[in-house]
Amino acid sequence: MDTYEPIIGLEIHVELKTKSGMFCGCPADHFGKKPNTGTCPVCLGLPGALPVPNKKAVEWTIMLGLALGSTIAEVSKFDRKHYFYPDLPKGYQISQYDQPLCRGGMVPTSFGDVRIHRVHLEEDTGKLQHATVDGKRVTLVDFNRSGVPLVEIVTEADIRSAEQAKEFLKKLHQIVRYLGISDADMEKGSMRLEPNISLRKIGEKGLPPYKVEVKNINSFRFAERAINYELERHARMLDEGKIPLQETRGWDEAKNATVSQRTKEEAADYRYFPEPDIPPMRFTQQMITNIQSTIPELPDAKLTRFTKDFGLNNQDASLLIESQELADYFEEAVKVATGRTNFSPKDIANWIINRKPDIDAVMPAKFIESMREAKEVVAVSDKDLFAVIDKVLAENAKAVADYKAGKQQSAMFLMGLVRRQLPKSDTKLILDTLRKSLDST
Amino acid sequence: MNSDLSIRDIAKKLRSKEFSSYDLTRECYDLIEKVEPKIHAFITLVDKKDALARARKIDEHMTQSPLAGIPYVMKDAYLTRGVRTTAASKILDDFIAPYSATVHKKLEDAGAILIGKMNMDAWGHGASTENTDYGPSKNPWDLTRSAGGSGGGPAAAVAARLSVFGIGEDTGGSIRNPAAWNNITAMKVTYGRVSRYGAIAYASSLDTVGPTAKTAEDCAFVLEAIAGHDPYDATSSKQPVPNYTKELEKSIKGKRIAFPTEFYGEALDPEINAAITKAREVFVSLGATVTDVSLPMLEYGVPVYYILAPSETSSNLGRYDGVRYGYGRNLFTKENKRRIMTGTYALSSGYYDAYYKKALKVRSLFIEEYQKLLVNYDAILSPVTPIMPSKFGELLNDPMKNMMADLYTVIVNIVGLPALSLPCGFGKGGLPIGMQLVGSMFSESSLFSLGHAYQKVTDWHMQLPQVLK
Amino acid sequence: MKATLAKTKKNTSSPILTTADIDHIAKLANVPVSKEQAIELTEQVGETVEYVSKLGALPTENVVETAQVTGLENVLREDEIDTTRMFTQEEALKNAKRTYNGFFMVDAVLEEK
Repeated sequence: MDTYEPIIGLEIHVELKTKSGMFCGCPADHFGKKPNTGTCPVCLGLPGALPVPNKKAVEWTIMLGLALGSTIAEVSKFDRKHYFYPDLPKGYQISQYDQPLCRGGMVPTSFGDVRIHRVHLEEDTGKLQHATVDGKRVTLVDFNRSGVPLVEIVTEADIRSAEQAKEFLKKLHQIVRYLGISDADMEKGSMRLEPNISLRKIGEKGLPPYKVEVKNINSFRFAERAINYELERHARMLDEGKIPLQETRGWDEAKNATVSQRTKEEAADYRYFPEPDIPPMRFTQQMITNIQSTIPELPDAKLTRFTKDFGLNNQDASLLIESQELADYFEEAVKVATGRTNFSPKDIANWIINRKPDIDAVMPAKFIESMREAKEVVAVSDKDLFAVIDKVLAENAKAVADYKAGKQQSAMFLMGLVRRQLPKSDTKLILDTLRKSLDST
Repeated sequence: MNSDLSIRDIAKKLRSKEFSSYDLTRECYDLIEKVEPKIHAFITLVDKKDALARARKIDEHMTQSPLAGIPYVMKDAYLTRGVRTTAASKILDDFIAPYSATVHKKLEDAGAILIGKMNMDAWGHGASTENTDYGPSKNPWDLTRSAGGSGGGPAAAVAARLSVFGIGEDTGGSIRNPAAWNNITAMKVTYGRVSRYGAIAYASSLDTVGPTAKTAEDCAFVLEAIAGHDPYDATSSKQPVPNYTKELEKSIKGKRIAFPTEFYGEALDPEINAAITKAREVFVSLGATVTDVSLPMLEYGVPVYYILAPSETSSNLGRYDGVRYGYGRNLFTKENKRRIMTGTYALSSGYYDAYYKKALKVRSLFIEEYQKLLVNYDAILSPVTPIMPSKFGELLNDPMKNMMADLYTVIVNIVGLPALSLPCGFGKGGLPIGMQLVGSMFSESSLFSLGHAYQKVTDWHMQLPQVLK
Repeated sequence: MKATLAKTKKNTSSPILTTADIDHIAKLANVPVSKEQAIELTEQVGETVEYVSKLGALPTENVVETAQVTGLENVLREDEIDTTRMFTQEEALKNAKRTYNGFFMVDAVLEEK
């Protein structure tokens, strides 16, 4: 393994959460719906139907490109990509070939930068399900997903380890979520990962003479495992002097392994040509600036700001910016606390990280209130606490004896009695003080 | 025979109750019963009871629309909700359209009465309506000859007065060629003038939807009803729709007509040449100027068309996989397969640049050539077909000759221009001859006025075919 | 594909295409072609291709392609749901030859796409 270097590129498909489809007005939300209940002439590929592109989907793709540092095309267009499969209603997919909406870009990772090759917009296919009907193996087709806007992000083969791939994917996922353009839910398939994996002898230049594409990965963890599985498999083969087959493999969760799906005997011939049903798109600097202005603060910028402005360490800040919602919650809490309490942003950050409040249920103001109450009780005088404890111990000799005999629950019983007389008290503090008293008697 | 009247007259008489839509519609059905067995223009005849019931309803609530209560037919390339739609292919033999094409919807809204879905070359592939899975249509002027194509059915039906007007679809001449061979008038519209939504695509960048009728004026009435922007067709134009029937009356004095000399060479049948040369004189007598010009790229039109159209059709026919509707791909005809295979080859890896891309570049050259010319001219006077109506089998068995039949029509589609095809004489055996007036983008109005002026002083278009005699 | 065609081209008398090419194109086009048809198509498609190759004579180095003639740009729709065109499940499946439990049904496709 030490003699080789992993060469990994990623293709990521993200379903946009627009209201309507890429080229028709059917609902884009297809998850959990009854089969074939969300279709129209366009997404069902009926004769005579014509596509009209969704403006929001185009804008969101540009937005993602801008967030990734891509160059936005001045002129872009859609193309037809031809192949036959039962989930593809028209015999072609409307996609983008030589003039994608976005080119270039970069996502930094702790292992090094990962360059973006391109970002383009296309339509999703229907969904297949395999079944046995009347003793015959059949495939069932549902076209609800057909025509849902799908963004494809392709990286350069800059990734050198499964860990780096995972970090990149997490960052991309986070950016997409921050932009609010997709649920990016891998379980539901609204974010799909396809690594292209190969190994190169250390010291060699250029791309290896083969690559293996792995599909059917629905979590970051599986992406990492699948890549590592492939890297080991390739290394074994290369050691034996063989070159791994150029093919598509699928991740088999049960086997914890990749399995061969389809051998690419020759490169597919998709016969791309410009989609004649859709006029080209041209973007002015003004249009792009307008889209740029709708991009929120992105995770990396927020992280820097949180460490700088709030004095948080990198680890805490990272935890807080995991989602835009949590980061906003923290900032709102800091705002509420300022001037009304002595809590520092660091106190609040710790409290949020440790207490993990339900941010949908507990408003930041309420959270600060509860934090204040908790801290106030702790501040209640030791004198009062000792007085109550002494009284309780004196009145419950049996429980004290039981505790001495090793019965730990007795301490809990005694704490309950103390707390009954100091209702707002901090249980941890009581228990600690109680134990000290018990142990010292 | 009231179906022989103009749309203007019918509209007037329906309102003065000289006859009703019910009478007119029934008359069409009676004539169909007599004539249709001879010419075979229909694939699907709308149920007489349904059509008459609709006519009755229109009679009771007559609207403003000049097309209200008027029976019409459509090439079977349009989806008509609830009515079988086949594109003349067995693949769609039992396909009941679950939605309506925009053009159908507009005509329904105008109160017109659909009576039939008409024969054509399957998927539009042909110029003779022989390449149909439902038996060829016969020319009402000579039953041993083809009705032209691909829209032979609607043209033959209008020629035989089985319907007042028809809706055709023109990708490389499919409206104009049958119009010329059947002695009727038809408008191939500017690309984008009429919505293609619900029109079964042959070659998307060339397909247009247009009217076929007896006169330029009738075509103007129909185009007024069907033209306009459609949010369901991204290539449809937002240009306002002129009042064609009003502008039609404009004088053509001083109009400049170009006469491209290359078009009148050896490839052209001498009878057609002679007829159009006479028509040239008529235009001069009406006050227009006709000038010899040169359009040297003529010979490259057919090659560009036979790259673009097969390529796009190979893509457009991909959806017919028998999964959601229709039957399997084994039912494509020989001609369908020829075009699908040619197109697939032209788009395939390693050949795209030499064929499809090259054709798109030559298309730019054509646009330049025509734009340059049409800056100085209101119309180009051109033949429609190089040959007289063909005998059965003549084109079907000779793919090369079949291609050349499109010589004068395809460039118009490649550039996207409008063209009015209209009768201009008869040859040996009383076979009709047509000519076309080609204008710049969105100049339909001007073409109508030229055609209307010509038809006011000629009577070719008023002649009835043999089959009615 | 170019390689495939070029290779097979050498072993044949046809100037443009071989039946092997036709078989390959037929596979791409998903069109069933019988042996006899393949022979006929080889000749006819070859003839058409040869004829249209005539365009090669026109110089077009600096010419921009025209994919469509409308001159339109940025024809986009607002992101709104349009229920007027939507089908019920029954309508969607109505023209299908084989359905099952609300799905379209086809012979099993084994490979994952």
